[in-house]
Amino acid sequence: MTDSLKDKACIVGVGETRYTRGTNTTTLQDALEASSKALADAGLKPHDIDGIVSSAGLAPAPETLAANLGIRELKFAVGNTVGGGAAACAGLQIAALAIAAGLANNVLMPVGWHSYSGMRVRKLGSEVDLTTVPGPIGATIADFYMPHGAFVPAHFYGWMATRYVQQYGIKPEAPAAIALAARRHAHLNPLAFMRGRPLTLEDYLNSRVISYPFRLNDCCLETDGACAVVMTSAERARDARKPPVYISGCAEGHPYPDDDFGARPDLTHIGLTDAAPKAFQMAGVTPAELDFAEVYDCFTYVVLIELEALGVCKRGEAGDFVRNGRIELGGDLPLLTHGGLLSEAHLAGASHIVEATRQLRRECGERQVADAEVGVVTGWGDFGDGSIAILRR
Amino acid sequence: MAKTTDKYERPLPARMGLAAEFYKYTKLHELRFQRCTDCGVWRHLPRPMCGECGSFNYEWARSSGKGKVYSWITVVQPMLPAFNDAVPYTVPLVDMDEGVRMVAIIQGVEPEAMKLGMPVEVFFDDVTDEITLPKFRAAG
Repeated sequence: MTDSLKDKACIVGVGETRYTRGTNTTTLQDALEASSKALADAGLKPHDIDGIVSSAGLAPAPETLAANLGIRELKFAVGNTVGGGAAACAGLQIAALAIAAGLANNVLMPVGWHSYSGMRVRKLGSEVDLTTVPGPIGATIADFYMPHGAFVPAHFYGWMATRYVQQYGIKPEAPAAIALAARRHAHLNPLAFMRGRPLTLEDYLNSRVISYPFRLNDCCLETDGACAVVMTSAERARDARKPPVYISGCAEGHPYPDDDFGARPDLTHIGLTDAAPKAFQMAGVTPAELDFAEVYDCFTYVVLIELEALGVCKRGEAGDFVRNGRIELGGDLPLLTHGGLLSEAHLAGASHIVEATRQLRRECGERQVADAEVGVVTGWGDFGDGSIAILRR
Repeated sequence: MAKTTDKYERPLPARMGLAAEFYKYTKLHELRFQRCTDCGVWRHLPRPMCGECGSFNYEWARSSGKGKVYSWITVVQPMLPAFNDAVPYTVPLVDMDEGVRMVAIIQGVEPEAMKLGMPVEVFFDDVTDEITLPKFRAAG
C-alpha cells in the first residue's frame, strides 16, 4: 500500500497573483486569477477541470469556484478543513488519490488568503469568535488557553519551541539561519514581499521579542494573495505544455491528541514525524537525496523541528545542520528557495508547492537549484498537523 | 498601566460542553479532572470517552494541584488590549502529578526564573462573580 500513489499524479500547472499588503480584491477574485494562470500554464481550459480541492476557510468553496470558472461537470469536490497550513500540501495527496482512483481527471487546487486585509490571526478572540473557528482548535483555545492569555499561533507553537530550546540547548543563531536563508532567497524572487529589504544576523538578534522564544523575525508575514496548482494523471501529463512534476510520495500525520497542543507526551513529536518516513518510502527516496526543501515556515523554530522530523538530521541536531550556509542556495539542502512564509508571502503552504514545481522545471532563474531532480514540500498547521509531498521531475 | 476599573476585561472561558463541568469545580476552588472509572486513567481536556479503554464512564476526581513545568512561553507583546497591563506574563504547560498536562498563567515567578521541571502548584483566582480560574505559582 505504501507505494500505491507513487508517480500516479503530476503537477502540470501553477499560477499566482501578486503578493501584497492591502488589496481591493476579494479572495474569490484572487483564487480565480491564480486558477486561470495555473490552467494556462497547464495548457488546459476551465471545462477540462472535473475535480477541485480547496482549503475551506483559506479558499472559496469548490462549488463557488466551479460556478465562476464555468465548470459544468464537477465530479470530485473537497473543501478540506483539516490541518490549517497542512491542508495545501495534504491536498496533493487528496488529488493524487482521486486521480489514481479515476474519480477525476484534472484537479484544481487554489488557495487564496488575505491574512493581512482579511481575518488576521491576531484578531482571534477579539474580532473573531473562537467558538466559530472550524475544527477542534477554537474550542480548546476558547476554554482552556485564552483565559490565560495564550491564543495565537506564536503562543502555542512557542510552547513547543521553548521545550525544544531548553531540551537541546538551541542558540538563537539556529533559528536566525532559517530567517536569513529565507530572506536571502527572497531577494532573488521578484514576487517576494520582502525582496530588497535586508536582514542581517545583527538585525535578527536585535529584533524585539514577541512572545518568548519568538522574536519578530522568527514570525511569518501576513499578506494578501492566492496561488493555484493543477494536477492530472501521469499518463495525461505526458501531453502537457510543461515538463510534468511527479507526486512521488505523499502522506499526512496528526499528533496525539490532535485537539490539545499542550497535552502531547513529547511536544516535538509532530504530525510530520509520522508522515515523513511513509512519504520517503513511497517515493523510494532518502532524505540525503533531496536537492531542496520547501519546509512550512510559520515560525523559524518550527522549521528546525520539521528538519528533524524529515530525517535530514537527528533529533536535536538541526541547529548544527543549518550552519555555514548549508540551507542556502549553493549549499547541501537549500530551504525556502522562494523566501517562504517568512519573506515571500503567506499562502498557507501553497506557494511552497508552486516554487517546488518551478524548481523541478528549472524555471527559477537566478534562484534555480542546479540540476534539481527531487525536492520536498511540507505543510504544518493548527496544533501540529503535518503533511509532506516528495516531488520529482 | 494600572487598572482604573474593577471590571474584568480579559477573555473568560466559553465553557462549552464538558468544559462547563471543569469550571463548575474551579468555582468551588477544587481542581478536578476526569478519571475513567473503568481503567482508572486521568484525562484533560474533558472528553466524553476514555482514549485508553473506550469507556464512557468517568468521575471528576480531585487533583493535588501540584505539578512540574514541561514548557512555557513569556508573552511580551499583548495580542489583546486586555493583556496590556499583564505583559510580560508567562504561561507554562504543567505536568500534573496525576499524569495530565494543564495550561494556566503563572504568577509571582520572573520569566528568567522559569525552568523545566520546576515544581508549581495551583491556586484559585475568582476573576468574576461567575468564573474562577486556576493559576500556577511556585511550589516550595
